Amino acid sequence: MENILGLVALACGLIVGLGALGASIGIALMGGKFLEASARQPELMNELQTKMFILAGLIDAAFLIGVAIALLFAFAQPFAI
Amino acid sequence: MSAENTGTTGPNAGEYIQHHLQHLQKNFSFESVKQTSLVDFSVFNLDSIFYSVVLGVICCFVLWRAARKATSGVPGRFQAAVELLTEMVENQAKGVVRNAKSRKLVAPLALTVFVWIFAMNAMDMLPVDALPAAWHAVGPALGFKDYMRVVPTADLSTTLGLSFSVLLVCLFYSVKIKGWGGWTHELVAAPFGDRVFLYPINFLMQMIEFAAKTVSHGMRLFGNMFAGELIFMLIALMGGAWAWQFNPLAGGFWLGIGHVIAGTAWSIFHILVITLQAFIFMMLTLIYVGQAHDSH
Repeated sequence: MENILGLVALACGLIVGLGALGASIGIALMGGKFLEASARQPELMNELQTKMFILAGLIDAAFLIGVAIALLFAFAQPFAI
Repeated sequence: MSAENTGTTGPNAGEYIQHHLQHLQKNFSFESVKQTSLVDFSVFNLDSIFYSVVLGVICCFVLWRAARKATSGVPGRFQAAVELLTEMVENQAKGVVRNAKSRKLVAPLALTVFVWIFAMNAMDMLPVDALPAAWHAVGPALGFKDYMRVVPTADLSTTLGLSFSVLLVCLFYSVKIKGWGGWTHELVAAPFGDRVFLYPINFLMQMIEFAAKTVSHGMRLFGNMFAGELIFMLIALMGGAWAWQFNPLAGGFWLGIGHVIAGTAWSIFHILVITLQAFIFMMLTLIYVGQAHDSH
């Protein structure tokens, strides 16, 4: 039982940590490109900002699904005997 | 967390969360059952259905009032707000869906999706125990179980239902714009090319694309709302643990302060998340229906 709880805790840590790694790097890259593009063509800033938010939502999606699953494992304890 | 819980017989932390995550489920003979597996078509979540229908009716009523009282003179604040919203959706629709005749259905669809999902998400802003406590007083006396989840979009059934409906609209437009023959030809000829030996691979890719788009569309909304709701429950647990230790200067005192600070910060951030997720769902709806208009 303790073995399973320990493994579930490890699993939740991995899910959230690795997901956050990917999502943060993705958003950072995209944000950098957006700032560059805004500096080059300030008249496109509003349009690009809309599209940037949409992309941010898409990038965050897999990470948040992972967080939801990890929270489910941690609190609803589906593996507890 | 409730290590100093002397004398009270309240639930401990895990039980509190597990209790709050249970849906009010019934099967088709109206018995209270618990869902046994992940995909179980014989039960339905009464609380999600109730809140989504009530919120849908309220949103319809509000927008209908605005449309009825609309004047072409100087608009009042309510009319101006609704006009802002409608114009925003219309502009996004115009940018994505090129066919003006389709836009007559798709732009109102996008408006519906945005307003309804925003309203359903906004149920997360109510205090965690407000409606469940009211249900606790009334429900079991009426014969229902003591479970109540108030955010319909934190239920995987609701969000997948919404994204599946969007898939059906896309399929409808695909067939309408391209015709049955054109659409079936595209099913086997895109994306790799119109060679007969590529037909099975193309078909497989198309099926995977449909499934992946629909599932990710629904699960993105679910993941955001479920995680948000769960964090609200955890923050409420901090405050609850403080409240049970009645000595305010004991170690648990800072849990109360933590509850207020964390609750404030997360609520403000969640306002952004609610609006953004509704907007993203609407944009993806428009983009998927727009893609159904493309022909290769």
